[in-house]
Amino acid sequence: MMMTPGNDQWITIHYDGEPYKVPSGRTMVSALETAGVRFVRSIGCRGGVCGACTAFYRTPEDAQLKSALMCQEEVVDGMSIMPMPFFPQNQMSYDLELPKGMTPQRQVMQLYPEVGGCIMCQECTRICPVGIDVMGYVGMIKRGDFKAAAEASFTCVQCQACAARCPARISQPNAALAARRFYGAHMVNRAEHLQKAREKVNTEDMKRGFRRLKRMDAEELKNLYQRRESEPAQSAPGTWLPEDTTLLG
Amino acid sequence: MSERALNHLPEELRESALEVARTREDRIRRIQRGESFPQLSLTDRKAWLEDFHPDYRADGKRALKVGVNKDEGVPVELANLLEAWPRASVRDLVENGRIPEADFETDVLIIGAGGAGVTAAIEAAKSGLDVLITTKLRAGDSNTIMAEGGIQGADQECDSPLQHYLDVLGGGHFSNDPDLAEALCHDGPDALSWLEELGMLFDKYPTGRMKVRHGGGTSRKRLHSSGDMTGLEMMRVLWDQCRNLRNVNVMEFCPIVELLTDDDGRVVGAVMERLNHGNEMKVVKAKSVILATGGLGRLHLQSFPTSNHYGATADGLVLTYRAGLPFRDLQHNQYHPSGIAFPEQKAGLLITEKFRGLGAQLVNRFGDEFVYSLEPRDVTTAAIIRECSEFSHGATTPSGNVGVWLDIPMIDDLHGKGTIEKEFPGRYSEFYRHGIDLTKVPVLVYPTLHYQNGGVRIRVDGATGLPGLYAAGEVSGGVHGKNRLMGNALLELIVFGLRAGRAAAEFASQTGSGGQAGLSHIESYLDDLKAADVEETRTAPMLLPRYGKALAI
Ligand SMILES: Cc1cc2nc3c(=O)[nH]c(=O)nc-3n(C[C@H](O)[C@H](O)[C@H](O)COP(=O)(O)OP(=O)(O)OC[C@H]3O[C@@H](n4cnc5c(N)ncnc54)[C@H](O)[C@@H]3O)c2cc1C
Ligand code: SF4
Ligand code: SF4
Ligand code: FES
Repeated sequence: MMMTPGNDQWITIHYDGEPYKVPSGRTMVSALETAGVRFVRSIGCRGGVCGACTAFYRTPEDAQLKSALMCQEEVVDGMSIMPMPFFPQNQMSYDLELPKGMTPQRQVMQLYPEVGGCIMCQECTRICPVGIDVMGYVGMIKRGDFKAAAEASFTCVQCQACAARCPARISQPNAALAARRFYGAHMVNRAEHLQKAREKVNTEDMKRGFRRLKRMDAEELKNLYQRRESEPAQSAPGTWLPEDTTLLG
Repeated sequence: MSERALNHLPEELRESALEVARTREDRIRRIQRGESFPQLSLTDRKAWLEDFHPDYRADGKRALKVGVNKDEGVPVELANLLEAWPRASVRDLVENGRIPEADFETDVLIIGAGGAGVTAAIEAAKSGLDVLITTKLRAGDSNTIMAEGGIQGADQECDSPLQHYLDVLGGGHFSNDPDLAEALCHDGPDALSWLEELGMLFDKYPTGRMKVRHGGGTSRKRLHSSGDMTGLEMMRVLWDQCRNLRNVNVMEFCPIVELLTDDDGRVVGAVMERLNHGNEMKVVKAKSVILATGGLGRLHLQSFPTSNHYGATADGLVLTYRAGLPFRDLQHNQYHPSGIAFPEQKAGLLITEKFRGLGAQLVNRFGDEFVYSLEPRDVTTAAIIRECSEFSHGATTPSGNVGVWLDIPMIDDLHGKGTIEKEFPGRYSEFYRHGIDLTKVPVLVYPTLHYQNGGVRIRVDGATGLPGLYAAGEVSGGVHGKNRLMGNALLELIVFGLRAGRAAAEFASQTGSGGQAGLSHIESYLDDLKAADVEETRTAPMLLPRYGKALAI
């Protein structure tokens, strides 16, 4: 959506080596679009979750190289931005099934042995545009604490900024992704009620139930809908049951 | 409340935000007494919708002049695309009268690498056939990755696919295709289990039991989530699974701009443009094709902002309409009740319904409730527009946008301190970076264009009216009828992605490669366009929206 410039000030920034006059108070994406840039690469969700708009930038006063999701970060006068539409990744192929006797932890360390070589320089944590303690989760993977690693890396948008900065050749987001999947598939308890529900789905009762509902005329169906009992918001999980159980199958 | 927390708000909004804080205690007490704002009767719902929902505005739509759905009213912006000439690359092909040799050949072609496309690829690949995914931007760029709230599925003791079905039909105002709705609900538990096996991290109790919540219009707690980034987690896992498969290839920045058919009317491939190579045209041949191009939010119907990703430009609808496939329910689009109205850089982005699921109320500028917070989405949207237009009870931003407040801080009062941070880690830290503390201040919201309820007609296995062509996900219509309930789109893309993947693979393995690829299906369409006097400068599919104006130095 175009926003009205209102009382924006005009500032100059460099994008991919070229100068643009843009209104202040906008995100990099919206400011550059106002200045005539038409994005094809380096754009996706425009909502801060896909990582497509990852860029590195510097501001005049600061020696520190920073990274940003361009759809999230506001422009600053004099800044210089380099978009990173593509990054050569070290991403291993794997099967989620574990060979006999293999633990998820050992499997992930075999896929990404570099994780063991973290020199704790903290460059990754410093660069992460969504504020993740990357070094922290790398340590957790190395220690085998996958629960902690899954939580700490959960908001990762896989932008690869940290991997670009790592002197120890670690692909942090890819190691974390593998760790989360092995953790989810092998270390978290499965939902038992889900398997029970699956069994229920393929019974004769269920088929008959659907046939009955689909045969009802509109009035009958509306009545049934209006009379639905609603599960109380505060009820403890798996405890409440409706009085009328005919639709439970 | 400390006034400092309100620092980011301009004067106009600060006063009103303080009002909200003042009425909060009272509202919380009412909830704790088990009282809630009365739900609307079906009659009132209908009246509010007709008077205030954007779908019902006469000037928002116009009747189509050409094609299978001729004379049917659809949103003006969409009508302009459905009645448009092919892109230059395709017109060249038409004029040449001959389709060149295929540049790429595959068994199953999948158009779009969002949730539905990738799910279909994983399933189709099981057959051992070659699968090619072509997608407009990067793989995973999609509405799927943006989903926050969760995925439905009837897996609790008090629930069943039948109960789910009843909710889906009621939410859709009983206009759904019953067979599709049945498939959706029936496959719910299987879909959740499939994702669980792929290692997707659901919010769970230590025993493994899923944490579930209510969503708008649900009679059971049935919404499963991964924090407030359910779509991101789902898309990451699906894509990781898919790229580990040897017989799946992907081409990024390669949107499809037209379907190819043979003399029997079977879909046998598609025309592609390479965005990174000056829109160079390429021909793809396939034994079967799955359309998974998602929705239309970036058409900005009636100038509404949108929550959708950059590529949501209705391309799939354009492709199929030209090929003679009928659609349904496209006059019904979902305007999510809670799009951000302030700060304006975030205008249109979503505040998930999960906030309301956990008790956050919608209140007007005086801090008063005006609608039950968990009505179906279209009703809530109508209520907000009513409150802001009919009664002028909205709060106004400096640039003149209006909105109502979503009182987020009350979640911590209801469920204990820390709940907001724990349940919404993504949103909390994102706002925090912008100097806004969601545990202290309400957020101004207004409806945003969110979801295409209707779409291409399909059967329960994803088959369309054209042999060889399947469709799944947001591009299809019928599952939700006129209105979708939260959490059913993520379920739909898994259920129908799997079904379409299976059926398309079966079709591809049982048939030969079909006849000569051609564009005969659009020739008569072009005649109709000419007869209807559609300007030849109007072309579609759009591929990418156009923003901003040239001011480069
Ligand atoms: C912000 C937001 C929050 C949401 N929250 C929820 C929620 O909590 N629960 C829920 O159930 N639903 C939610 N939804 C809805 C849900 O996410 C979508 O309906 C669903 O993900 C659509 O999936 P899809 O695979 O059909 O389309 P998409 O995921 O949008 O994928 C479509 C793909 O097709 C590609 N494409 C488009 N045109 C072409 C072309 N011409 N050629 C090639 N490729 C093309 C796109 O680039 C994209 O990769 C939300 C949606 C949004 C936007
Ligand atoms: S952890 Fe690395 S890949 Fe993930 S968001 Fe942070 S910088 Fe990007
Ligand atoms: S950048 Fe690499 S070496 Fe440095 S702390 Fe991060 S993971 Fe370790
Ligand atoms: S465009 Fe997706 S994170 Fe910016």
